[in-house]
Amino acid sequence: MAETVFARPQALADVSTHYCPGCTHGLIHRLVAEVLDELGVRERTVGIAPVGCAVLAYNYFNTDFHEAAHGRAPAVATGIKRARPDLIVFAYQGDGDLASIGMAEIIHCANRGEKVTVVFVNNAIYGMTGGQMAPTTMPGQVATTCQLGRDVELAGHPIRVAELISTLRTPAFVARATVHNPLVAVHAKEMLRRAFRYQVEGACFSLVEVLSTCPTNWGVPPVEAMTWLEKNMLPYYPVGIFKTPESGSREPKPLEV
Amino acid sequence: MPVGTIYSCTETETGGNQSENRMTKKLMKGSEAIGEAAVQAGCKLFFGYPITPQNEIPEYLSARLPAIGGAFVQAESEVAASNMIYGAAGAGERVMTSSSSPGVSLMAEGISYLAGSELPVVIVNIMRAGPGLGGILPSQADYFQATKGLAHGDFRVLVLAPWSIQEAADLVQDAFDLADYYRNPVMILGDGLIGQMMEPVEFREGRKPIKDLPPKTWATTGCKGDRPTNVINSLFLDPAELEQHNIRLTKKFKTIERDEVRFETYGTDANYDVLIVAYGTVARVCSTAMDELREEGIGVAMVRPISLFPFPYEAVRTAAEKARSVLVVELSAGQMIEDVQLALARSRPVHFLNRMGGMLVSPDEAVAKVKAIVDGSSEEVHHG
Repeated sequence: MAETVFARPQALADVSTHYCPGCTHGLIHRLVAEVLDELGVRERTVGIAPVGCAVLAYNYFNTDFHEAAHGRAPAVATGIKRARPDLIVFAYQGDGDLASIGMAEIIHCANRGEKVTVVFVNNAIYGMTGGQMAPTTMPGQVATTCQLGRDVELAGHPIRVAELISTLRTPAFVARATVHNPLVAVHAKEMLRRAFRYQVEGACFSLVEVLSTCPTNWGVPPVEAMTWLEKNMLPYYPVGIFKTPESGSREPKPLEV
Repeated sequence: MPVGTIYSCTETETGGNQSENRMTKKLMKGSEAIGEAAVQAGCKLFFGYPITPQNEIPEYLSARLPAIGGAFVQAESEVAASNMIYGAAGAGERVMTSSSSPGVSLMAEGISYLAGSELPVVIVNIMRAGPGLGGILPSQADYFQATKGLAHGDFRVLVLAPWSIQEAADLVQDAFDLADYYRNPVMILGDGLIGQMMEPVEFREGRKPIKDLPPKTWATTGCKGDRPTNVINSLFLDPAELEQHNIRLTKKFKTIERDEVRFETYGTDANYDVLIVAYGTVARVCSTAMDELREEGIGVAMVRPISLFPFPYEAVRTAAEKARSVLVVELSAGQMIEDVQLALARSRPVHFLNRMGGMLVSPDEAVAKVKAIVDGSSEEVHHG
């Protein structure tokens, strides 16, 4: 009798997505869905879709979903989780959504220690609106609103969200991962698994930043986009775990005289 | 501790019977009565941001809600608060927020999404004077905002305006039922006086909902077994689909306009020359003026809109038929007056008395204005 070794996760809807060729949103959706299945929480999960390329995520997951206003997914997540602490609540957000218009909401959601999980997809550009500069756009990177490349004198440097959130004293799990090849995608899934597990255990807020591609708006073919990410983004956005609830606070040490 | 007020204050029982529906009268500040009314209506969650003059509502609930197994969250902003109630309402729980004028402007985003996604919430706006940072004293300058243009997109919220602390408590409880029934935000529109005054309040025990409320089968509670996924959403990329959604919402607002008009009339059984139209605490000032005027033999009556959306057009039109002139009194530059003019369709001259900036209309000013209308020295308001 044949044994199933690979199948669509139950938490992933059986539909085609609207994502461009070479975009890694679909892959990240799948990793999240696999983790929800493996933890056995699909039937009590509520996802929150952002405004951005993943705006239609509610069509792609086989879980209850709530479509948020731009940047407000962590506030919506707070409302759902406080109303129903038994639910597993995750926000799925892009870089414009989370790191620009929604910066206040993500910082305070993390700082309150809301027991929710945030999947933060960073592809260094606004995708849905057509390739404008994001808070995470790389120095010198060309975008439709910085056509000569991002000028750090005028636009500042790209925001490292995982590092920023990990400075908060409130216990949390904060990690960065990437999915530009199968090996690193396995690591990304492990980070997502740990993030959701902390929530299932009621331990803490969790955020996984996942580096992602945008061949369409970067203006490079899909395969080259993977290389572009590795060469340009990875050195500035290192992968790894930045904070765990066990790692304690990052208070400055007293001066030794 | 603010929550202590309700328990430590003087309590008097009225009626004297010990049946299930006995009413307990308590002396309460308006803001605390609003908070307690919400709890008694089954509100489990409050999300809000501090702003004067309504801080006693969140302060009261910050202690009260955790005590009953609910949750209170002080949000990072009114923008966040309006999106937190959006999440909590989507999960099917009774939820409230409160704010004052500039804060309500910031909540516009969340309120539009709530209306678009058809979620029930109760929003309390204790109005202060504007525009901009304005002042912290009582005002009715947000009538247009509340009834006509609260945020982007075609939608309305039911707006209820109390004139006493008792009525504020009753309307808050009704607001939760109306919000659930229509799956739409309901706003309690008060002013600083409603928030700050102390008056005796009765809470009915064993209160029944005023509507037959269906179960919230649409809520995001997890898709167990074969139940299809529930999605809370206001996005319709297909214009034909969105138009159908708009048509459905419009029908709902028409139903509200037909079925949810609330108002009271005063002195309309007698003969009168002048009909006053005023709402909220201004109507109370006008009722004091009416007593004085009627003692002097001047015929005056009043229509007090309680629901501002839907506006009691028919009640104003009918009551005005017996009057020679209509006087609108507001704490604004003239906002509700446009609805009164719409109701009257130029059939009666309309006069206007107002104060702004946090200044109040006094009974003496109202008396003088009515006398001026009667003796012909008041000029009517012309528009267009």
